[in-house]
Amino acid sequence: MITKKNKTIITAEPGKQELFITREFDAPRELVFKAHTDPNLYAQWLGPRELIMTIETFEPRSGGTWRYIHADKDGNEYAFHGVYHEVTAPERMIGTFEFEGLPEKGHVEFDTARFEELPGGRTRLVIQAVYQSVADRDGMVASGMESGITQGYERLDEILKRGI
Amino acid sequence: MEYNQAMARTPTTHDPFNAVAELKRRQVLETIGARELSVNEIVELLGWSQPMVSKHLGVLKQVGLVRERRVGRQRMYRVNAERLKPIHDWVMPFEQFWNESFDRLDEVLQDIQKKEKP
Repeated sequence: MITKKNKTIITAEPGKQELFITREFDAPRELVFKAHTDPNLYAQWLGPRELIMTIETFEPRSGGTWRYIHADKDGNEYAFHGVYHEVTAPERMIGTFEFEGLPEKGHVEFDTARFEELPGGRTRLVIQAVYQSVADRDGMVASGMESGITQGYERLDEILKRGI
Repeated sequence: MEYNQAMARTPTTHDPFNAVAELKRRQVLETIGARELSVNEIVELLGWSQPMVSKHLGVLKQVGLVRERRVGRQRMYRVNAERLKPIHDWVMPFEQFWNESFDRLDEVLQDIQKKEKP
């Protein structure tokens, strides 16, 4: 069986305070949604493989809060927290996101995740992230979420190796 | 929104960041990848019309993201990696974070679906 790999598409137009993350999954919407609201499942996939995720607070319901920590093998920890403004299974999650490692507090991101049903039991996830300023958005993209991830983006790396 | 197009086009032809903000132009770059391809080959791979491919190649050429070379009657295109590098450096870690997360999510979803089926 040939499995076509689904691609993550990041759309960040220059000069805007928002970006979009789009990805399709070969699984029904209820299941993709569940992977976002079941703490055991969530910890299995969010973030790069080499980071260990610890969920401290996880209340995926309207008005709930969340906090998790990513730790690398050198013991560096990256903590994030936010609130769930609205959780409507299996179609929508709206909430805030803040990285605790920034030099100053108060740089909060506002996320809306939409789970769209596709034919054939597939799902499209579209996350809109809105920031307080263009600089905040660009900083977030540039930082790689401050998790120190440096693995290559294969296809472009190939080009870069050849060309420089 | 016709009147907007001329305005939008001005920065696009100068700035590689603006040029790749358009999904179709990123797809052209990814299709060429590390190869050198003719317009016809790109048309075939993408399944778009030739004028559309040529239009996007034209913008990419103007901002220096692709290089054009004439071989007989053919025009061959390859990606100019040097010009692409600042964009790559900017967006790679964030994109990588989500790519890897969602690839892992694929595995989790597959496992669950396997277990559910007898």
